[in-house]
Amino acid sequence: MSALRSVIDFAIGDAQAEKAVPPTGFTVRLTVFSAAAMAFLVVFALALSLAAGRLADRWGDELARSATVRISAPVEQMAAQTEAALNVLSTTEGVENARALSIDEQRDLLAPWFGSELPLDALPLPQMIEVIETAQGFDGDGLRLRLSGEVPGAVLDNHASWRVPLVSAAGSLRMLGWISIILIALATGAMITLAANAALAANAQVIAVMRLVGARDSYIAQAFMRRFTLRALTGAAVGTVLGGVALLFLPSASEEGGFLTGLGLQGGHWLLLLLIPILAAAVAFLATRLAARNTLRSLT
Amino acid sequence: MVNPIRTIARRVIETARALRHNRAQVCRQTAAGRKGQSLIELDTVAHSYSGGELFNEVSLRLAPGSFHFLTGPSGSGKTTFLKLCYGALVPTSGVVRIFDEDVRQMSRDDIAMARRRVGVVHQDCQFLDHLSLRENLALPLTVSGHEALDDDANLRELMVWVGLTARADAMPPELSGGERQRAALARALIMSPDVILADEPTGNVDWEMSQRLLTLLIELNRMGKTIMIATHDLGLIRAAKNHVQARVLRISGRRLQLAGADL
Repeated sequence: MSALRSVIDFAIGDAQAEKAVPPTGFTVRLTVFSAAAMAFLVVFALALSLAAGRLADRWGDELARSATVRISAPVEQMAAQTEAALNVLSTTEGVENARALSIDEQRDLLAPWFGSELPLDALPLPQMIEVIETAQGFDGDGLRLRLSGEVPGAVLDNHASWRVPLVSAAGSLRMLGWISIILIALATGAMITLAANAALAANAQVIAVMRLVGARDSYIAQAFMRRFTLRALTGAAVGTVLGGVALLFLPSASEEGGFLTGLGLQGGHWLLLLLIPILAAAVAFLATRLAARNTLRSLT
Repeated sequence: MVNPIRTIARRVIETARALRHNRAQVCRQTAAGRKGQSLIELDTVAHSYSGGELFNEVSLRLAPGSFHFLTGPSGSGKTTFLKLCYGALVPTSGVVRIFDEDVRQMSRDDIAMARRRVGVVHQDCQFLDHLSLRENLALPLTVSGHEALDDDANLRELMVWVGLTARADAMPPELSGGERQRAALARALIMSPDVILADEPTGNVDWEMSQRLLTLLIELNRMGKTIMIATHDLGLIRAAKNHVQARVLRISGRRLQLAGADL
């Protein structure tokens, strides 16, 4: 409760203290513009990070639950080996469903590479079996052993060889997004520190007079901290709104568009934008406090 | 017959005291001050500026209720001496105690609180040019948490006494030298300090005003305030001799000397 009271008191401020420290024009514009620009960038970094996270989760989830059994056998044994493989799969713990793909489905899979008029009958194609796993998944090594014993032409592919790099790439992208947000926050802090130092230096005489008449450092620092915090809050709010509007104009997610069309925010993630101005204000508060402490300590 | 200056001075002191924001802390410090024999004490103090020594082995005690004049040629270190007395400078060696606390041991907050009990009249007045005269005079109250400046009767009376009521809304650059000096003294008094340190307080005022300022300072001294005035105006010192027991100190040869007998 007292913390809330402190925040409210800080937001309301002390009119006399505010008046005692005159605002310096260029630091006002610098702080507001920096905060707005940084907030705008954070919106996109956040959207990128969240989109990458969604992608990593989706790929990881979907691919982890599916596998393929490929049967390469002479034509006269194909049906028998397919039947045997399905039997093995149906008795394997962790396999939810397994079915052999039809000729048409296999044609559709190959169409992007060979065209839709492909004469599958003329090609010695393997038979594909799609395997859907349960949430617990199956024992891949055990299943391979059973298949090699009972279905000599079967090869199990659980997609790990290409799934892992994809999920890893998406995870890295997500990490890059968060690192970007942290770097932007640090850069914002650095810029506000510079602006605060400039304001403190410009008001050195004011500070000296206030110290002379008995002002404590906390009283003087408070005036600067409040001013820079509110400026950062205002600038970041503007930047966040602009970034949010820009996100609205991005294409919505679709299967055809792939990753780039899913860059926007979804559902409750929009609420995260509310945190950006608050975080910018917190960064400004800490940066100004540090700058004020260091500067005031050097004065008598 | 009622002495109007005395009445105003007393009211200034009494009402300003009541306005102090951090009463508990001030009271604690006042008690600490009374325990000792001096409000400000310099013990074998030396001070140097970039290798050049201004003072050496200077010792002085400002007892409660004492009145001192500090004289010396220009550049002898009168202003530096006063700065040592209110903690704006730390001596190169020796000890400065303000209200019984060693300046070196005092935190910045301690020094700020001590300055609320030491009224300083600067040679160059040191006003905030973006604030009106009224706001400048009220600055010590403002920084100590007092808010109702517009209705502050004490502030109004103080402005009446220094003759600046009509200039209350003027900005410091618009004031004459004499007006600035009077305003600086008024600002130093607004918190009813225990000690008043004045650096050439009559340097920019006419004879009549310098007498008014001196009279007020003498009245404050009679009410128990400790006064130190740095000046090279011997006329001011002579004018004080009929009214107050004052010690005249002179900075000479990097030492502090008693300049003859008490006036």
